[in-house]
Amino acid sequence: MDVQLKRGILDVCVLAAIKDEDSYGYKIIKDMKPYIELSESTLYTILKRLENANMLTVRTAEHGGRLRKYYHITKEGHNRIEEFKKEWKEIMSIYRFVTKEDSNE
Amino acid sequence: MNKQEFLDRLRGELSILPSADTEERINFYSEMIDDRVEEGVSEEDAVAEIGSIESVVAQITADIPQKAKTRKLKGWEISLLAVGSPLWISLGVAAAAVLFSLYVSLWAVVISLWAVFASVAACALGGLAGGICIAVTENAASGIALFGGGIACIGLSIFVFFGCKLATKGTVKLTKLCVKKLFRKKEEA
Repeated sequence: MDVQLKRGILDVCVLAAIKDEDSYGYKIIKDMKPYIELSESTLYTILKRLENANMLTVRTAEHGGRLRKYYHITKEGHNRIEEFKKEWKEIMSIYRFVTKEDSNE
Repeated sequence: MNKQEFLDRLRGELSILPSADTEERINFYSEMIDDRVEEGVSEEDAVAEIGSIESVVAQITADIPQKAKTRKLKGWEISLLAVGSPLWISLGVAAAAVLFSLYVSLWAVVISLWAVFASVAACALGGLAGGICIAVTENAASGIALFGGGIACIGLSIFVFFGCKLATKGTVKLTKLCVKKLFRKKEEA
């Protein structure tokens, strides 16, 4: 898959994983696993990128005697998800156009 | 490999990278391993699930934007630069001098064009004034001929004036362009 496209999709996937409640790294990977495999390194980069884009905030909380980072989606993050939904409708109509050509042949 | 060994080796591998967030990354992997252990996975298995050090480092370097990859100079490179400095500094100065002289000669051409304009204009004025004087005081025919020459010089000077203006404008434009490029390069660096 095109790198730019994949990056955009993964960003939205991670946002979706923290959409309903704050989550932490390992849980995000687990929640996404049935849909898309994500390595720790990739997740780290995505989280950093989303944090820099103000789409999520990070807080550190104590958990079982150690520290764990929790990620919280911001308004911008929600906006990105909505934007993605709209974009995807466009892509789907392009897809129909492209595959129509195929079936005519 | 247990967690501590994994993190220590990872820290060692990442130390060559310039990014300041190495510790943050280490903490991230540490948390990932701890979370797996908490679910009942053994520490060794949890580390294995993260992947080999090589693959982790490869992914991290691939993710780092090209710009951040600019590494620090190695010791031998610095000493080579220092030893070679008499050569490359003087070569650099010479190159800069050549460029500067080219630029100066460009302006010299522009200035000499303006000098041509000035002399043609002076001829025009001289021809007109001299022509009238001679026509009135001495020979009317040669005075009129001189006057005509003056008018021709006016026409010529108008042409030369526009040529000079164009050349000056072009040179100024070129200068601006060069300065802009130079500064943009500095910003990028």
